[in-house]
Amino acid sequence: MENKAIRIVDLHKSFGAQKVLDGINLEIERGKITVIIGKSGGGKSVLLKHLIGLIKPDSGEIWINDVDITRLKEKELNEVRMRFGMLFQEAALFDSMDVFDNVAFPLREHTRKSEQEIERIVEEKLNQVGLLHFEEKRPAELSGGMKKRVGLARALILDPEMILFDEPTSALDPIISLTILDLIKETQTYLKKTYVVISHDILGMFRIADKVALLSNGTIAEYGTPHEVRQSRKEVTMEFLNATKIPGFSGGEP
Amino acid sequence: MTMIGGLLSPVERFVREFGRITLMFTESVYWGVRRPFKLDYIFKQMEFIGVNSTIVVIITGMFTGMVLALQSYYGFRKFGAEGLVGATVALSMTRELGPVLTSLMVTGRAGSAMAAQLGTMRVTEQIDALTVMALSPIKYLVTPRIIAGFLMLPVLTVVSDFIGVVGGYVVGVKLLGINEGAFIDKMIKYVELNDIYNGLVKSAVFGIILSTVACYKGFYARGGAEGVGKATTEAVVVSSVTILMSDYILTSLMF
Ligand SMILES: Nc1ncnc2c1ncn2[C@@H]1O[C@H](COP(=O)(O)OP(=O)(O)OP(=O)(O)O)[C@@H](O)[C@H]1O
Ligand SMILES: [Mg+2]
Repeated sequence: MENKAIRIVDLHKSFGAQKVLDGINLEIERGKITVIIGKSGGGKSVLLKHLIGLIKPDSGEIWINDVDITRLKEKELNEVRMRFGMLFQEAALFDSMDVFDNVAFPLREHTRKSEQEIERIVEEKLNQVGLLHFEEKRPAELSGGMKKRVGLARALILDPEMILFDEPTSALDPIISLTILDLIKETQTYLKKTYVVISHDILGMFRIADKVALLSNGTIAEYGTPHEVRQSRKEVTMEFLNATKIPGFSGGEP
Repeated sequence: MTMIGGLLSPVERFVREFGRITLMFTESVYWGVRRPFKLDYIFKQMEFIGVNSTIVVIITGMFTGMVLALQSYYGFRKFGAEGLVGATVALSMTRELGPVLTSLMVTGRAGSAMAAQLGTMRVTEQIDALTVMALSPIKYLVTPRIIAGFLMLPVLTVVSDFIGVVGGYVVGVKLLGINEGAFIDKMIKYVELNDIYNGLVKSAVFGIILSTVACYKGFYARGGAEGVGKATTEAVVVSSVTILMSDYILTSLMF
């Protein structure tokens, strides 16, 4: 149990008649990058939101450090949330604040750092995502990819134990996409945090993943190291990887 | 879900909605008395309501006072009591029209904007972002708006009362030629401090109603831009109706 950061047990969630999660079982390792792939509309974002208590499951358990968070009250849940960071699929920046204040917000609300110190940390993070000179822009004045990167800086700012990334590289051009992947990999290797990443960008994800999980029909159809997943003979997995049409990713070949 | 929704009678829906709005109000009071007090958030909302509504409140108050003078002059002239026009204007403004019209105008200007802001924050997951940061969205978004409504409505009502009386004076004395001394004397004689005070209490209650309803509608908006639009419209309709109903109840209790 020690090396498991998050344990998901038989998680079910429906919206009306639509079954989205239909018995998810998954153990996410501590200090590793776990990438969840799957079809669009397959329930990846819904699964991620369960991990931080934004959505309550119909049934099932989510164990984080020996606590089943599906049973927690809001106040106890907030203690768990303090250890998390999250990048939303659409960034979810506060549009009443400029870029600097958005990234500084968690620091101002949760730490007692001085404004100078905050400035230093925020600028460092903005520099890492390549947006140092956009501090005074409002979210409405940014492109989708820029918002994503500000969201990423905000998610990383408190150096939380676990970070959930919903599509960190969607809406980014290939070069910036690579920078962001490297940034994710670097911070993770350096800080040894637990990262859970959702993505469509299969190639990119195989670069950074320690473990890959394939979400299909509301269950985890495949779970293993990138190498294991690539070699998988399961039909869903092969179908999904074939879609990338990249030699070596069609299963079979090492 | 939809089947149950269809079977619910309007009365049940009303009771449930009323319950949920009350719950949100209670929750925001709970967060309001808890440190840290988000004073900068409160001031920002007070400014927002003030900036948004002052002009429209002044114009409304002005013309209401003017038309009141005109109408009551028409009536009082029939039995030679033109001198009472000033008192009538002032009593109507302070006891009733100042608080109610101000609240309705602020609902249209600031209440709708509050619902739209919170609705947008909901559908773009900004509210979820606060939750994920272990911060209470109620404390950051709802409490400051309710406090601002509670504090600013009486201020705007005082403005409206004053401008209304000025409007009445201009029409009554300058235009219709009522004796200035009689106009002012009777006004001072018949209007008591209590009339003004009770009007302000009403407006504070209306301020709480309109900001709570607007926040509630925005906070629980669903379904993209369309949902935000629906929330905004509902916020204005529901708070206006609630203000008028509670006006009757408060007036019958106080006067
Ligand atoms: N709040 C909600 N109410 C109703 N249905 C929802 C809600 N959230 C998600 N769904 C439904 O759940 C399904 C899964 O949605 P989800 O956002 O998790 O997909 P996803 O795998 O993240 O897709 P994408 O890769 O396109 O982001 C969708 O069919 C969606 O319509
Ligand atoms: Mg998604």
